[in-house]
Amino acid sequence: MTLAASADRNSGLLGDRRQGARATLLLLAVLLGCVSVASLTVGASGASLWAALGQGLRGEEIGLRERVILFDIRLPRLVMGILVGAALAVAGAVMQGLFRNPLADPGLVGVSAGAGLGANAIIVLGAFLPATLQATLGYYSLPLAAFLGSWITTLLLYRIATRRGRTSVAVMLLGGIALAALTDALSGVLIYMADDAQLRDLTFWRLGSLAGATWDKVALAGPLIVVALAAAPFLARALNALALGEAPAAHLGIPVQRMKNIAILSVAAAVGAAVAVSGGIGFVGIVVPHLLRLLIGPDHRYLLPNAALLGAVLLLAADMISRSIIAPAELPIGIVTATLGGPFFLWILLRNRSLLDM
Amino acid sequence: MSEHHRTSCAVQARFADNAVRPTNVVPVGVSAALRRIGRRLVPLWVTALLLLGPFRVDAGERVLTLGGSVTEIVFALGEQERLIGRDTTSSFPEAALTLPDVGYVRALSPEGVLSIEPDLIIAIEGSGPPEAVEVLKSAQVPWVTVPEGYDAQAVRRKIEVVAAALGVPDRGATLAAQIDAALADAIADASNERPPKVMFVLTMMGGRIMAAGAETSAEGIIRLAGGVNAMEGFEGYKQVSEEAVLAAAPDVILMMDRGGHAVSDADIVAHPALGQTPAAAKQAIVRLPGLLLLGFGPRTPQAVQRLSEALRAVQG
Repeated sequence: MTLAASADRNSGLLGDRRQGARATLLLLAVLLGCVSVASLTVGASGASLWAALGQGLRGEEIGLRERVILFDIRLPRLVMGILVGAALAVAGAVMQGLFRNPLADPGLVGVSAGAGLGANAIIVLGAFLPATLQATLGYYSLPLAAFLGSWITTLLLYRIATRRGRTSVAVMLLGGIALAALTDALSGVLIYMADDAQLRDLTFWRLGSLAGATWDKVALAGPLIVVALAAAPFLARALNALALGEAPAAHLGIPVQRMKNIAILSVAAAVGAAVAVSGGIGFVGIVVPHLLRLLIGPDHRYLLPNAALLGAVLLLAADMISRSIIAPAELPIGIVTATLGGPFFLWILLRNRSLLDM
Repeated sequence: MSEHHRTSCAVQARFADNAVRPTNVVPVGVSAALRRIGRRLVPLWVTALLLLGPFRVDAGERVLTLGGSVTEIVFALGEQERLIGRDTTSSFPEAALTLPDVGYVRALSPEGVLSIEPDLIIAIEGSGPPEAVEVLKSAQVPWVTVPEGYDAQAVRRKIEVVAAALGVPDRGATLAAQIDAALADAIADASNERPPKVMFVLTMMGGRIMAAGAETSAEGIIRLAGGVNAMEGFEGYKQVSEEAVLAAAPDVILMMDRGGHAVSDADIVAHPALGQTPAAAKQAIVRLPGLLLLGFGPRTPQAVQRLSEALRAVQG
């Protein structure tokens, strides 16, 4: 297929796509608003946002059950869904840009494996912690351990890959695989030690869920994710330049090493915090950036903010399915994102095969 | 006169119009029909409530039970009318299956639980996750935890806690005494001079054996039924090596009856390790329903009796 023919079919591939990217941004923002309202309205119980708002406006007392469902269950869940979805999608886009590899995701820098090890350790060995520590941490011990696990693994990997002030992306890629194998082995030891109930806990944790969303968890994870996401716009130009390779990027005046530091640390912070509070939610980090690259092109200045919005929209939509499809029970959200994301992604790939082959 | 006549005609016409309208409107959809039937039943419900009202304590009219043995106890107490929901592990009696299922007992969704509007939750120890429990408590739904245990006293404790939560302590005491007596009889009958070594096999996926060690409900019921656990040296349910199975040399292999997709005797005899055990040589393989065997609920005397009979039968 000639370039001209394919350009013809995919009009908008060449030339200025900024207009389209801006329109997408606006569209996604509106969509996020709609999904957010829907997410407050849809749930296993009949509690209604509108009824509660009406009662509030008329100055009537809202029932305790409605208040708990709307403000202590759905609202923190909504905020956490937005934060986690945005964190996963943006981190995926940054990783793919940094590693110049379409398969890259935050798992590559050891975040997922480390968080999994931390979570396993606390589920299986939590009972051996000093009683005072258990009492103070309560159920925050699990997210804290997962966050520490992901953070320690990433920092370790970063140290391994950095020599004389220069971080080698190739070493990081391969070292990440080695480190993930090691942490998975340690997790395996813990799984072997676990009893029946703990095994179920481990499995459910791996499948991910926003069901445990509380305001305290939002307060713990939120600031980290917001700060990390705020760093992303400053990376956009550098990531664009990096697409040419590290040396050309440096010649273009990009401080490559500083940019790598920021990218890796902010991804570790955002994803570490997201995984800590929601468990393993797969596929968002891969699907969202690729989908957007097909839609609006690879310019990171538009890709990153769009990814944040689309990640949030997708995760909220998946969460609505997860909590209503087998209500009053709940399907882990990782199952929903993978079941819907997998075939959809394949369909996109098949439809745009010529575009990707170029 | 004519003026008056005209008005009354108009009124009549309006009445006629009103009277006709409901029959003209075809109810759209099943839900409308159901709603209408439901509305027609309202007086019935109200009468029922008025009749029952004075005999009831006011808390716990809409009870959610979490944990198979807890649900069984509510049925055994004859209080099943008050149940409005259950968890996935509550699969006995059959009637329990018609209740809405709020999911796995350790992975509850707070909104799912609140959506069935319970005014009392009776939960087996270990129900969770803790953050879900905390949210439910913040919605001021009374929460009663039932202690878990794998010995003869555990069943009595569970019954007492559940009965107290339901406000029927007298009936609880009666049931507990009844079950205690039955259990004591079953245990006395089960006592064995040369207790057989029993190995409980939880699963045999791909030939890999997951067996019960110490501190498990399987070990508890084996002991009550006059056997000893063949597997020693580890806690919980673990994958065990073939050599460990040979070294344990169980006289009896005990499994859960899973109806349909159970492991067949031929599979066990053909297994490289299990096939070499005394149990396989004598085809001493016992299968019992999982919740009956491991639930430590009101059917535990029955489980002890059936297991001990089976142990005696296969021992010859």
